[in-house]
Amino acid sequence: MANKIANRKVICDTLLEAAKTDKDIVVLCSDSRGSASLTPFFDQYPQQSVEVGIAEQDLVSIAAGMASCGKKAWAASPASFVTTRSYEQCKVDVSYSNTNVKLIGISGGVSYGALGMSHHSAQDIAAMSAIPNMRVYLPSDRFQTAELVRALVADNKPAYIRVGRNPVEDVYTEDECPFQMDRATWVRRGTDVALVATGEMVRHAVDAADLLAEQGISATVLDMYCVKPLDAEAVIEAAGATRAVVTVEEHSPFGGLGSMVAQVVGEHCPRPVKCLSLPDAPVITGTSPEVFAHYGLTGVGIAKTVAEFLGN
Amino acid sequence: MATIEELESLRWDLRRDCVDIIMAGAGGHIGGDMSVIDALMTLYANHLNISPETVDDPNRDRFVLSKGHAMEAYYAVLCHEGYLDLDDVKARFSKFGSPYIGHPNNKLKGIEMNSGSLGHGLPVAVGMALAGKMDGRDYRVYTIMGDGELAEGSVWEGAMSGGNYQLDNLCALVDRNRLQISGSTEDVMKQDSQEERWAAFGWNVLSIPGNDVRAIDAALTLAAETCGKPTVIILNTVKGYGSPVMEDKAAWHHHLPNDEEYAQIIADFAAHKEAING
Repeated sequence: MANKIANRKVICDTLLEAAKTDKDIVVLCSDSRGSASLTPFFDQYPQQSVEVGIAEQDLVSIAAGMASCGKKAWAASPASFVTTRSYEQCKVDVSYSNTNVKLIGISGGVSYGALGMSHHSAQDIAAMSAIPNMRVYLPSDRFQTAELVRALVADNKPAYIRVGRNPVEDVYTEDECPFQMDRATWVRRGTDVALVATGEMVRHAVDAADLLAEQGISATVLDMYCVKPLDAEAVIEAAGATRAVVTVEEHSPFGGLGSMVAQVVGEHCPRPVKCLSLPDAPVITGTSPEVFAHYGLTGVGIAKTVAEFLGN
Repeated sequence: MATIEELESLRWDLRRDCVDIIMAGAGGHIGGDMSVIDALMTLYANHLNISPETVDDPNRDRFVLSKGHAMEAYYAVLCHEGYLDLDDVKARFSKFGSPYIGHPNNKLKGIEMNSGSLGHGLPVAVGMALAGKMDGRDYRVYTIMGDGELAEGSVWEGAMSGGNYQLDNLCALVDRNRLQISGSTEDVMKQDSQEERWAAFGWNVLSIPGNDVRAIDAALTLAAETCGKPTVIILNTVKGYGSPVMEDKAAWHHHLPNDEEYAQIIADFAAHKEAING
């Protein structure tokens, strides 16, 4: 793997840069500063850092209280805990009270590998997307993560950001990372199938598109980092230019990217839709690459499914 | 600032307003409204550094009604203090499309945070107090919880962090009326030894007769003078306080008086006020 920089580290670096000129940025952790790669922020800006201990509900409520007093609160904790354990706090104290809290879900999806279902977050997209006034973002690589965090620092609305634990292969480059807030990024345009992916799955979708091209299948790859608000316009355009739509996500089959894309396609531009995801079950033990390979969520697996789907 | 004598009279007017709001909306948490309204009134009258003109002042004191179901009592106080219009609240409370719902709505003037689900107010108040310390502002933060609410684990996460950060700009009040919807708090889930519980979390603890305006006023002053730790005031109250029709009756947790009960309750309030004013 070429890239050694995890997206969580990019979040810290970007916040460190922003905090140079913005004393209202505060970072809160629940005994998670190390795993969130936020130790440098705590070391450099102790007056803008808050440790709450292993208390994720407290983490979110305290962040909301601080935000109501003018702070730009970034609360970081494992994605599985900050979303579903603190769900009511996210709903009431952040979303409903409309406080400027950015919830960072670290080690999202199956990043924790062999630690098991308690530590996997395969429900977070569905859970957080169902909350009104909550935005949901899954950046695909380190360059997009930096762009996203810079954009979020500049606004004052609630948001949830999920990143994985380990470095992921780049989708973009330092010089070439097209980014528009709340608009999907067109990684490539094709005519046979539209691959709509989010988070770490974007890289795998790009790999699949390469393999499909070798078979003469032309694939669009849409990086839907903004799961909510979903860029419906891009989905409709991508579906309209192809024969079928395939979604790819590191999430439960229910209520995530696939469900949302299928809603849009079904209503506005009917096409066959195939949703690739984790199963509706505890995932098999393994590292992220092993788990992805097992469930057909790698370039090879996605390409195989797409070819079969188009063939049918 | 109001004198104790003024507050001892005012509290019967506010209770009447509160019951009238409940009648207008055809429902409300009347028992808890009656137990907590003396503390709400005293807090707003003599302690909170905030007014309808300063609701956006970064130096204002903050208040979070954690037992959000006592909203009708809060409406009565907010109307009296000039944040909301009583006639408008009575006309629209709980009506279709109304902003006056049964729990705090921070789209209304003077309300900082939404609540309703229990166990949120204290951790939120901790965040407000931390932000104040961080910015070197001298505002104070207050929250009021119910005693049944203390069964929520998140209350104790907030208690832990408030004590840990020695937030002496934070004051929590507990409406210890000893009743919740299913009956006695001691039967549902024991809440005894509150003084020892909070002290163990590093809090300054004041336990007072919670429907005694003079005691409430004095305790809030003591809390503001306390350095190095947050204060909790255990308000030992009577649910439904003000009329034997509803006092100390769990069934009145959420109850709409019938015409006869309403007449008796209003008469009892008037008699209390008459006794004060001679």
